[in-house]
Amino acid sequence: MYVPEQRSSLADLKVGTTGKISSIELDGLLRRRILDLGILPGTQVQCVRKSPAGDPIAFRVRDTTIALRSDDASLIKVYPG
Amino acid sequence: MNGTVKPMTTLAEVCAEADALRLSSGNALGDAIVSDIYANAEEIARKVVAHKPQDKSAWDAKLDDILTSRLLGYPIMLALLGMVFWITIEGANVPSGMLADAFFAFQDRLTEWFQAAGAPAWLHGVLVLGLYRGLAWVVSVMLPPMAIFFPLFTLLEDLGYLPRVAFNMDSLFKKCKACGKQALTMCMGFGCNAAGIVSCRIIDSPRERLIAILTNNFVPCNGRFPTLIAIATIFVGGVFAPEYGTAVAAMVLTGLVLLGIAATFSVSWLLSHTILKGEPSSLVLELPPYRPPQVGAIIYRSLIDRTLFVLKRAVIMAAPAGAITWILANTYIGDMSIIGHLAGWLQPFGYAIGIDGFILLAFILGLPANEIVVPILIMSYLATGQMMEFDSLEELRQILLSHGWTWLTAVCTMLFCLLHWPCTTTLLTAYKESGSVKWTFLSFLIPTLIAFAVCFAVAQTARGLGLA
Amino acid sequence: MKWYQDTPCRETHGRVLREHFGVAAEAGQYIIALAGNPNVGKSTVFNALTGLRQHTGNWPGKTVDNAQGAFTYRKKPFLLVDLPGTYSLLAHTVEEEIARDFICFGEPDATVVVLDATCLERNLNLALQVMEITPNVVVCVNLMDEANKKKIAIDFPALEKELGVPVVAAAARKGEGLDALRETLYQVSTGARQSNPRRLTYSAAVEEAVQKLLPNVQRLVDHKLNPRWVALRLLDGDKAFLESISRYLDLQLNWEAPQEVAAL
Repeated sequence: MYVPEQRSSLADLKVGTTGKISSIELDGLLRRRILDLGILPGTQVQCVRKSPAGDPIAFRVRDTTIALRSDDASLIKVYPG
Repeated sequence: MNGTVKPMTTLAEVCAEADALRLSSGNALGDAIVSDIYANAEEIARKVVAHKPQDKSAWDAKLDDILTSRLLGYPIMLALLGMVFWITIEGANVPSGMLADAFFAFQDRLTEWFQAAGAPAWLHGVLVLGLYRGLAWVVSVMLPPMAIFFPLFTLLEDLGYLPRVAFNMDSLFKKCKACGKQALTMCMGFGCNAAGIVSCRIIDSPRERLIAILTNNFVPCNGRFPTLIAIATIFVGGVFAPEYGTAVAAMVLTGLVLLGIAATFSVSWLLSHTILKGEPSSLVLELPPYRPPQVGAIIYRSLIDRTLFVLKRAVIMAAPAGAITWILANTYIGDMSIIGHLAGWLQPFGYAIGIDGFILLAFILGLPANEIVVPILIMSYLATGQMMEFDSLEELRQILLSHGWTWLTAVCTMLFCLLHWPCTTTLLTAYKESGSVKWTFLSFLIPTLIAFAVCFAVAQTARGLGLA
Repeated sequence: MKWYQDTPCRETHGRVLREHFGVAAEAGQYIIALAGNPNVGKSTVFNALTGLRQHTGNWPGKTVDNAQGAFTYRKKPFLLVDLPGTYSLLAHTVEEEIARDFICFGEPDATVVVLDATCLERNLNLALQVMEITPNVVVCVNLMDEANKKKIAIDFPALEKELGVPVVAAAARKGEGLDALRETLYQVSTGARQSNPRRLTYSAAVEEAVQKLLPNVQRLVDHKLNPRWVALRLLDGDKAFLESISRYLDLQLNWEAPQEVAAL
C-alpha cells in the first residue's frame, strides 16, 4: 500500500498534476473562503499554471480556476489522487 | 409587550446551548456544515451534469499558457497597453479635428449673434471666449480618445483578461506587502481615479485597501491622458517623421504609465514599511474562463456608463472654470491681469521644478478636474486673455514655444501631470471610501510631494548637466 | 411542516426594506432578489430584465454597491434588487452578510439564484444555501451557450426534481431564457407556483446537534424564519448573524405595539 507523503501540500504540486486535499491548516477568513470555494478534505485539485514569477499558483477545482499565493497553498495539505 | 406572542426562549439562552454543542464537537461543526452542503451539491451535479469527452487542448487553456507565461506574460501586458494607447491616439486625431472645427465655426456664429444683439464685450468674453471655449476644448479633445479608450478597455475587461493581469502582477504586489487585486483597481484608474478608488472594495484587507486607495492616483486617468497625449505628440512625436509620430507618442505614454506603476510600487512598499505596517494577507483570485465579448454591452457600458459619465463631469467643471479663467485673465490690477500676478508669484516655484508659474497655476486651478488644465494654461498664456483658435496641435506647439517651452518644460509638465495631486472628485471619493480625513489628506499629500520632488530632481539635474 | 408565513405583514416589511436595505418599493411591487457567484453573468441578467430603469448606490452604511431596477411583466410591477456576488451565504464578509440578510430579513417575494452552467457543482453550493433560507427560489442556469461549447449537458427536469424549485435555462447574453425567467418569477411571486425545496442532508454529528437545538429555536423564531437554518447558523458560531437576528426579532416585536395604537 502507498503511504502518502506527510507534508506534501498544494504548493508542491507540479503543473499538470493532481492531488486530493487531506487537511486545511489555515484559519480565519481565508480558511472559510477556501472552504466556500469547495476546497474541502477529499476534493481533487489540479495545479494548472504558475504566474510568470512562480507565485501565485492557479488550481483547477470543481471546474473553476482559483489562484492562491504559495504561502497559503503550502498550508493546504494533499495526498496523491 | 401587550401580551402578544412573546418568545418563550431568549436568544441568549439558545446561543449558549448552541455554543455548548459546538464546543463539545471540538468546534468542527462549522466545517462539517460546509462540507455537507457541498456533498449535496456534488450528489446533485453527479445526477444531472454529463461531461462529454473534450479535447484536452482547449483554446482558453492555450491562451492562458501564453498570457501568463514566464517569457511572454509581462511583454504581452506591456504590448497590449502600448497598443491601446496607439489606437486611441491614432483614432482620436481625425474626429478631434472635426469636432474642433465644428465648435469654432459655431463660435463665430455666436460672436455674430452677440454683436447683433449689442451685448457688451465683457459678456461676450465671459460666455463665449471663456465658458464656451473651455467647453469646446474639453469636448473636442477629450471625447474622441475616451470614446476609443473606454470601449477598448471594456473589451479587455469583458474578455476576462484583467484577472490575468492581477495573476501576473501579484508577486510584485506581494513584495510590497500589498494585494494583487490592486492591479485591477489600477486598471479601473485608467478610466477614472475616482472609479478606481471605489473598485478598491474588492480588496479584503483594510490595510491593503488603503494602500490601493492612496496610490491609485499614480495611474493617469482619462482626464490627464489628453494633456499627456498632446504634449507627447508635440514635443516627442513631432521630432520624428509624421508617420512615426503616433507610435512614438504611444511609446512615451507607455513609458509614463510604467513610471506611474513604478511610483505605485515604491509608495506601496514605503507605506507597508511605515504608517501602514503589516504582513501581506492572502490572495484568493478566481480566473474566470475567457468569454466572447458582447459588442452591444461593451458599447453601452463604455459609452454610456463611462464616457458620458466622465464627460458630463468634465463639462460641469470646465464651463465655470473657463468663465473664471477668462475673468482672471482679463481683470487687471495695475498693468497686469490677476492671472499674471498669480503666475508671477508662482514663477520661482514653477521654475525650480522645470515648468513655469502659468503651468503650475493651471494645475492648481485644474484641481476640480484634470481635463481643464490645458485650456486654462492656453487661456492664461495668450496676451489677449482668451484661447486662440487652434484646430491643430501645430498651433498649440507654436503657443507653447512662444512662451518659452523647451524639452525640459515638456518632460516636467508630463511628469507633474502624471504624479501630482488627485482631482477633487477623487479626493472626495477617497474620503467616502476611507471614512477618514487623515487618509484623504495623505492621498493628496503623497502625490504632491512626489510630483515636486521628481520634477525638481529632473529639472536641477538637466540644468546642472547643461542639457537645458 | 410549513415554517413560513404566507402573508408577511406589508407595513413592517416596507419599513424593514427601507431602513435596513435602502429599498423603497412601491405599493404592490413584487420584490425580487438576485443572487449568484461572481462571474456568472448576474449583471447581464439584471440588465436584461430591467433595461434602463436602474438605480445604483450603496447599501445603507456599507461601502458595497447596490443596484435596483424595475420591470413590468403581465401588468405586474417588479423591483429587482441585485445582491453582491458571493460564493456562499455563510457570512464571512460584508458582501455575504448583506446578501444573506436581504434574503432572510428583507423577505423578497422571490429570489433568483444565477448559476454558471459550466461549473454547476460549485454554484449549487450557493443555491442550496439560499433554498435553506427561503422556499421562494428560482434557479437560473446561465451561460448555457458556454456549456454547450464545452459539451456539458445538463438534465433540467432532473435538476428541477432534485432541487424542488423552478429551474430556468438561460444564455442571458443572447437573450435566451429571459422570457421563461420572467414567467417563472411571476408565478413564484404571485404564489401561483409553490415550491418544495430539497431538504439538505447533513452528516450525523451535525444532524444530531440540530435536533437538540431545534425545539428551542422553533419557539424563538416562531415561524418567521426556517428554524433548521437558524439552528445551523448558531451551530456555525456565526457572530454577525446573531446581531442581525436579534435586531430583526426586536423589530418584529416592536411593530406590534404601534400597530395596536393605530387600531384604537
